[in-house]
Amino acid sequence: MSAAPVTTPEDDASGKAGADVLVVKGLDVSVRHQKLVEDVTFTVRSGERVGLIGESGSGKSLTALALMGLLPEGLTATGSVQVDGVGHDLVGADERAMSRVRGRDIAMVFQEPMTALNPTMRVGDQVAEAMLIHRTRPSRRAARVAAVELLGQVGLPDPPGTARAYPHQLSGGQRQRVVLALALANDPALLVCDEPTTALDVTVQAFVLDLIVQGVLDRRAAMVFITHDLAVVATVCERVMVMYGGRIVEAGPVQEVFTRPRHRYTQGLLGASDLTVVDDRGRLATIPGSVPAAGHFPAGCVFRNRCQHATAACETRPSWTATGDDAGFACHHPAGLPDAAPRATPGGGRP
Amino acid sequence: MSELPSEHADTSATPLSPNRPGAETNPTQDAVGRRSRRRLNPSLLVGGSLVCLIVVMALVSFVWTPHDPTLVNSATRLQEPSSDYWFGTDKFGRDVFSQIMVGSRTTLFVGFVAVGVAAVIGVPVGILAGMVPRWFGELLMRGNDLLLAFPALLLAIMFAAVYGASTLVAMIAIGIATVPSFARLIRSGTLQVLRTDYVLAARAAGRGPFAIGTRHVLPNVSSLVTVQASVSFAIAVLAEAALSFLGFGTPPPTPSWGRMLQESQELLFLAPRLAVFPGVAIAVAVLGFNLLGDGLRDRFDPKLDDRR
Amino acid sequence: MTLRLLQRLAILVASLVVSSVIVFAFMAVLPGDPARVALGVNASDAAVAEMRSEFGLDRSPVAQYLSWVRGLVTLDPGSSYVSGTAIGPQLADRLQVTLWLVVTAMVVALVVAIPVGTVMAVRHRQVSGLALSAVSQLGVAIPAFLAGILLITVFAVKLGWLPANGWTPPADDPAMFLKQLVLPVASLGLVQAAVLTRYVRSAVLDVLREDYLRTARAKGLPPMRALVRHGLRNAAVPVVTVLGLQLATLLIGAVVVERVFVIPGLGSLLLDSVSQRDLIMVQDVVMILVMAVLVVNFVVDLLYVLIDPRLRVSAR
Repeated sequence: MSAAPVTTPEDDASGKAGADVLVVKGLDVSVRHQKLVEDVTFTVRSGERVGLIGESGSGKSLTALALMGLLPEGLTATGSVQVDGVGHDLVGADERAMSRVRGRDIAMVFQEPMTALNPTMRVGDQVAEAMLIHRTRPSRRAARVAAVELLGQVGLPDPPGTARAYPHQLSGGQRQRVVLALALANDPALLVCDEPTTALDVTVQAFVLDLIVQGVLDRRAAMVFITHDLAVVATVCERVMVMYGGRIVEAGPVQEVFTRPRHRYTQGLLGASDLTVVDDRGRLATIPGSVPAAGHFPAGCVFRNRCQHATAACETRPSWTATGDDAGFACHHPAGLPDAAPRATPGGGRP
Repeated sequence: MSELPSEHADTSATPLSPNRPGAETNPTQDAVGRRSRRRLNPSLLVGGSLVCLIVVMALVSFVWTPHDPTLVNSATRLQEPSSDYWFGTDKFGRDVFSQIMVGSRTTLFVGFVAVGVAAVIGVPVGILAGMVPRWFGELLMRGNDLLLAFPALLLAIMFAAVYGASTLVAMIAIGIATVPSFARLIRSGTLQVLRTDYVLAARAAGRGPFAIGTRHVLPNVSSLVTVQASVSFAIAVLAEAALSFLGFGTPPPTPSWGRMLQESQELLFLAPRLAVFPGVAIAVAVLGFNLLGDGLRDRFDPKLDDRR
Repeated sequence: MTLRLLQRLAILVASLVVSSVIVFAFMAVLPGDPARVALGVNASDAAVAEMRSEFGLDRSPVAQYLSWVRGLVTLDPGSSYVSGTAIGPQLADRLQVTLWLVVTAMVVALVVAIPVGTVMAVRHRQVSGLALSAVSQLGVAIPAFLAGILLITVFAVKLGWLPANGWTPPADDPAMFLKQLVLPVASLGLVQAAVLTRYVRSAVLDVLREDYLRTARAKGLPPMRALVRHGLRNAAVPVVTVLGLQLATLLIGAVVVERVFVIPGLGSLLLDSVSQRDLIMVQDVVMILVMAVLVVNFVVDLLYVLIDPRLRVSAR
């Protein structure tokens, strides 16, 4: 067990952010004896929008599901997840306790709008149900009225009519807005979004992203936003955490991480998304190799089998190097230092 | 077909591999799937053993039974089970164990012929219904579904009414009644095979429908045929037993489990064991073939792992 | 909605016509001469000819078919070749008895299968779920008539709690009626329940994997309430399909169970008519059974629309 990533305690003087809404410490998700997510530690404060990026299999969605206590059967979480306003740790809490937290203190928007809604129930009722479960509205009628209002807030045309519609009568973008309305119904302190726009047409993506940000801003809620799309993170989030192999390998303000990446994985990621950079044969830059299957990441630095800067030193787990509040990286050969690139390889370690 | 284009689109659009639904949880699902494939399949094991037991019993009965199963002997009527008569004797003094042994022949014979009839008709009809134009296939399936309103036993009773009761009539009736389930399953399998890339390639190479049907579709639906045959066998065993119980099946003196049950009924107050032995035999046979079918289904398609 | 109704109605009528032709062709044309069959090989040609003209068997098959169908539609199917008695009242009488059996058995089956199947699905990785699965697998392997014999052995012979057989109309003696109903209904219903349980389990397992169930839990519904409120209605669609088809099994199961319990229902009538070579009666009973299956499947088809709103639009 190497040193845990260090998050500098928040001092109130830092201004923009308020109280801690979500404090995650040493979160592991494992199936049998295999760790799929390891030692994830971070803090999100009210009003903050934090991105969590990574490829498929990096563990980002599992992290989100672990926060909600909705891990698939057979997977277990250990560590600590504290949410403002909830007296107990969410990890290891029983179903009844978690049911009271879900949808009220933490809400979630899922990736697949086409299947996230019950096909046999009118969408208005599904939104109203969220409020009735937690009794945040006095009566069924009040909840219905509030549901129509929420559907209007998320930009759905003819809210009363939409409330009476069944999910199949709505488009994917409209359904995702219903899911958003449902998630925001009880003004949660924390909104977790898991690739909310990935399944949508490019044309409606921006609109739905706007609605999500607006909804979070209106409620001064905190948000954890999971995606594999760097551009989306850049528009939506202030802070970003990069996940690879079930660990957070780099974190920091979006501006910082995207312009001056330190971890070699982040660097490769940014290089691969830059369509203007090609190698001498005119090919787009890529990260060599592919993401290993869960449990097949190398020991030590999880990225070393795909990293062109890897040395024998990488066989030990790199410790977390803090570069500021909520910022840092875990790499033995970070980019951006003059002595950091032992081997200059074509196509890989660009300045 | 739908896999390929999206794969290309995604790699060019973003540096990260696409997050398909469930992609994130795939590792665990794979792990579970792999584990169950390696694990001994209990349905297959138990079902296979029970079926083997009955087949062995039937084979042994050709060369050896403890007593002559048809020998009527008033001196040994209604004896309790003993070292001489393992399951006791019936009201005619016949050995019950020997009857059970020989009865398994009837059961297996009826099952084989009935399933054979069903497969020989149902498989070609199913493949055809999958390959002809869609509207015609749908029409065939409508007619097919209509036959589902005639369960095996009802059809067999109708046949018995017209042609008189016999084993042959029973086998054919049960076989015909089992055709629809074959045809429906094979058609859906055929439609799936026809959507695959290798069929597309074969078509592109100019292969005719007959070649595609026999070379590509048939081998690929053969696992479905095996599964369905096992399940249909269980249905045939049930139908034969019921038919013999009603007196429309195998005529005496050939031993049959169903008729043993019928003969036991008037003696329920005297010797309930006479009902228990053939009853257990029927249940074991049906259970065996059902489990075998389930096990084969799991073996061929591990994705369906924990359903049914 | 109306379009779907009309469409399904057309399919029902077509199915009824086709199946009646099959039954007629099979029962009335194939065997050759029903009069000869009814009177036996030793009957004089004169007697056979007299019977043929009396029952209109000398007419063309088409004319015979039409008059048979007319008889069924007008609920006056004429009289038996063998006993010469009117068929209509007998059928009505017997149908009533069989309906009691089949309907109560189906209710018993559903009341057992829905909760048990759901529990089996929810606990499919636990010992209790696997044990229930094994029990249901065993139940599927026991035919209803065998279950009947075993139940008689235990509850009538050994314990003496219930009558071994017989039938009393409910109007004559309600207490006796119920007592005699218990064992036949149990043998039909429990075996049916074993079959249905497996379908309920598989449908609920499918639903448990659905995203909307996760959404429901993310809203704050505990797992079981989420399943009941959002899952069961969706799981009902495949189960209802099976229900229609299972009715055919249940009806034919009733035929045999009536024989076990000496109950004067349609099954006994069918079997007696077969033994007496009364082909017109067999033909009528078979047609009633087939008609019941087709009509129930038609109703089931319409039930979908109530369960699944997606179908309401696709029909527009």
